[in-house]
Amino acid sequence: MRALARHISALGALRAGFQWSPSGLGLVPALTLLAMLGPVCAGLLCTFLPAFGILPAAGLSTPSLDPIAALLDWPGLGAALRLSLTTGLLATALSLAIVTLTLAGWHGSGPFRMLERLLSPLLSVPHAATAFGFAFLIAPSGWLSRLASPLTGWDRPPDLLIVQDPWGLTLTAGLVVKEVPFLLLMALAALGQVDTRRRIRVAQALGYNRIAAWLKTVFPAVYSQIRLPVYVVLAYSMSVVDVAMILGPSTPPTLSVQIVRWMSDPDLAQRLTAAAAALLQGALVLGALGLWRCGESVVARLGCIWISKGNRGASDPVLRPVGLALGLLTAFVVLAGIAVLAVWSLAGFWAFPDALPQSFDLRSWSRHLPGIVSATGTTVLIAVLATLLALALVLGCLEAEYRSGHSLTRRGLWLIYLPLLVPQTAFLPGLQTLLLSLGADRTLWAVVLAHLVFVLPYVFLSLGDPWRAWDRRNGTVAAALGASEWGVLWRVRLPMLLRPILTTAAVAVAVSVGQYLPTLLVGGGRVPTLTTEAVALASGGDRRAIGVYGVAQTLAVLGPFILALAVPAVVWRNRRGLHV
Amino acid sequence: MSEALILHNVRITRGGVPLVSIDQSIAPGEVLTVMGPSGVGKSTLLSYVAGTLAADFEATGMVCLGTTDITTLPAAQRQIGILFQDDLLFPHLSVGANLAFGLRPGGSRAWRNKRIETALSDIGLTGYADRDPETLSGGQKARVALMRMLLSEPRALLLDEAFSGLDAALRRQMRSLVFDRAREMDLPVLMVTHDADDADAAAGTVIQLATESMPAPAD
Repeated sequence: MRALARHISALGALRAGFQWSPSGLGLVPALTLLAMLGPVCAGLLCTFLPAFGILPAAGLSTPSLDPIAALLDWPGLGAALRLSLTTGLLATALSLAIVTLTLAGWHGSGPFRMLERLLSPLLSVPHAATAFGFAFLIAPSGWLSRLASPLTGWDRPPDLLIVQDPWGLTLTAGLVVKEVPFLLLMALAALGQVDTRRRIRVAQALGYNRIAAWLKTVFPAVYSQIRLPVYVVLAYSMSVVDVAMILGPSTPPTLSVQIVRWMSDPDLAQRLTAAAAALLQGALVLGALGLWRCGESVVARLGCIWISKGNRGASDPVLRPVGLALGLLTAFVVLAGIAVLAVWSLAGFWAFPDALPQSFDLRSWSRHLPGIVSATGTTVLIAVLATLLALALVLGCLEAEYRSGHSLTRRGLWLIYLPLLVPQTAFLPGLQTLLLSLGADRTLWAVVLAHLVFVLPYVFLSLGDPWRAWDRRNGTVAAALGASEWGVLWRVRLPMLLRPILTTAAVAVAVSVGQYLPTLLVGGGRVPTLTTEAVALASGGDRRAIGVYGVAQTLAVLGPFILALAVPAVVWRNRRGLHV
Repeated sequence: MSEALILHNVRITRGGVPLVSIDQSIAPGEVLTVMGPSGVGKSTLLSYVAGTLAADFEATGMVCLGTTDITTLPAAQRQIGILFQDDLLFPHLSVGANLAFGLRPGGSRAWRNKRIETALSDIGLTGYADRDPETLSGGQKARVALMRMLLSEPRALLLDEAFSGLDAALRRQMRSLVFDRAREMDLPVLMVTHDADDADAAAGTVIQLATESMPAPAD
């Protein structure tokens, strides 16, 4: 009877809309927004003021345009801007093209499922490790040139500037390799909401070949769903720091890398220049997003003309193999990159044209063991704290959403994506300045909270769909049997959703482990993680050390994924209904 | 020009379990109706003829249009039109663009637009080219879907419970529209349905499908 009454009152609450629940659950969404957007807004504000000469911590309180003048005086500005713009736009366009071509030609087929299984775990490999692996593959003395040496006759590395080329082509390629798995998984999630099979069937019955059918009937629906992830890729590619430090040119570097150089300069005046540059970086990304948006409408218009012409498409025999080859190539590059990192970490003497070292040993590992152990400890501690906080906040938000009956709006989705759309280099310098003046920088907790900004969106995106897909009737049955709302959550819903929750946790750990700039800036260089230590090795060129740290980084993200698969399999070994 | 649709000893099984077995020829302008309870494999038969059979089915036999064997042709090259229960108009395209999607390629833009205008007035929807398909009534949508399919100049027509989603009055209209068109264009029609009225209206051969374990009802 009591349960029935509760049920009726719950229905009433549903009808009345959002209600302040006595448990305080209603506060969680506000708290989450604060954790996610607070640092972004505060950081942007504290970037804005120093850009105009105001830095109370340094006793500067009169507005001036000197920082902007100093920025404009920097001779590398034009090249840095151009580099950021071209690498970002090119990397985004290429990644999207590869994903589209692969999906158009192969989605739903056997080879595609293989590719999908290959790419999903690769998504979690940190950017820095991927970039190092890529560099070790394609550098003049890299694996590919070693493997090719019997054909080319090279006994010395060819004199070519491949890695860090002045046009940023290697940087672009490295970004594409990393963004293809991301966009592919986002597109797959979107495809689940489009009745792809029937659209293709109708188009094929009208005589359309596979790729033309997919592009004309499925792509418009998919693109409108992955638009935000595409924007994230664009903003990220334009402002990335770690990958650009490893693969990008250095004189001048991209604008973001230069901002970080200015930030770490002992001369305080350079911080003001960095702030001005951070504002410019923000404006540049905003402008590029606008440009991309215009490009979207041009493509849409051309697409409509193409559709109305009724061409059935005849390039399948060429385009399908190309699509599959490109998809496989990206997976191969990441895997081979990890392999070459592992080989270097174990390499004894390794002369140039040899494909493999003359001997393998553990000397590099034992030499770096103390550093690895302490960096791993810090990395894991930060990742676990950020993950637990993010999970608690997001689960609270989702449960509040479920109980209030208000689902996430399109505007809410934009808010979730916002921390990923604002370039890190635009607000992290300001955040560091703010924490410095509060005396709260260089602490572990500050780094955890900075990571939380980037972990939260991914936790939302990863957990939202399985959470909402849960059959609500389970809750109704449990409530009718007398379970309270919290009882339903703890005893029914969370156990049933153990698998997606653990997968989400693994994603969260991977995001945290991969963070370079927040760790560096907010930690003030005093919180060394595997990623900051690995990137710091970039300029030294000690391949064995880089191999050791790159492998450690990769293990730190793959470990949680293996656990996320193993734990539910063990816990629910006798529950076939909970197996996938 | 017009040719018969021939299903020569077609047998479809899944995991060794027989589902459908049929050996029929459908003359141009005629309708073959396949009836049976749901789950008996009626739609599976249509996907086999259309060339979209899922990988977990095994099929033997031949599908021919006249003397041309199309059994191994990809779906896109079979020139077999299909209508589903849902209209499946593409939501991102206007009504006119949906028709342009179906119209065979070629011809100037002006000529294509004129064809589409004519096609629209043919189904009593003059001036609807720029409309969003979502704003059309169920009957209007069904007519556009039919016209889109006919503009692709199919050589045979498949109806997959094509009338099930419509109410009784609309259903009669759509039936006579579809059958009249098919007769005018001399198309062989293969229809699967669970509605005896559809079969009566088609006035052609009727086949009852039944699973091994479940004999066909005697009516």
